Amino acid sequence: MQQDHMRQDHPRLKITTQGDVTVVELADRKILDEVNISHIGERLQGLVAKAASPKFVLDFSNVAHMSSSALGMLITLHKRVREKKGQLRLCGIQAPIYEVFVITRLNEIFEISKTVEDAIKTFN
Amino acid sequence: MSSALSRIEDLPTTVVIRSDLAAAHEAEKALLAEVAGCNYSEAATFAVKLAVEEGMNNAIKHGSRFDSRKTVELIYDISKDRAVITITDQGGGFDPSAVPDPTADENLEKPTGRGMMLMRAYMDEVVYNSKGNQVRMVKRNT
Repeated sequence: MQQDHMRQDHPRLKITTQGDVTVVELADRKILDEVNISHIGERLQGLVAKAASPKFVLDFSNVAHMSSSALGMLITLHKRVREKKGQLRLCGIQAPIYEVFVITRLNEIFEISKTVEDAIKTFN
Repeated sequence: MSSALSRIEDLPTTVVIRSDLAAAHEAEKALLAEVAGCNYSEAATFAVKLAVEEGMNNAIKHGSRFDSRKTVELIYDISKDRAVITITDQGGGFDPSAVPDPTADENLEKPTGRGMMLMRAYMDEVVYNSKGNQVRMVKRNT
């Protein structure tokens, strides 16, 4: 998979494109703080709004903590992506955070892969 | 002298903050520094961090409705064996038993309503007062 040289950095998000897939690496260790979450959510929804049929991978490799507000942000994002007939994948989720997804049953809503490469392979 | 000092150190810490997420964040940081000082396991630290964040968020969002003239009281007693945390807001309270189950099929895709459930999942004890404006949580360091 060829990596696009167009790379856009942001204090909390690292965004790259691989073919027609947008890969967003969440750079913060914890996605708990409401202000952070709101900021990240707006930024991601902005990216989705610009895409015709968005294919997004969210990479959680750096993230060590989560909150219910962050889960809410992901659910809203997932809805926006589906409204545009797009696809959203999550990857790199560390074991303690994956447990949060399991407890809340959100592992049944989201498609979750181990790595970015695995996630990209799952797109139709 | 030293035993008297250790008794003073063992007293719970009480922090009263204005209902503001930034102020809550600072109070949480101080609490988590005590947890770190008591060598809690990674799992117990994760649990306390998550539950305190959820509890403070709920107090500010639902209890105070983001009214920064209202305050939230955070009391914590962190020992090597267990963390006891009490959060009280100045809101009218709520009935925890009336909160819908966020894991029910019909609620799975709702973006809100998981905070209390996560607190219960990660802490050993979660008890609300009868008014519903105070939650007391206990996590054992195992």
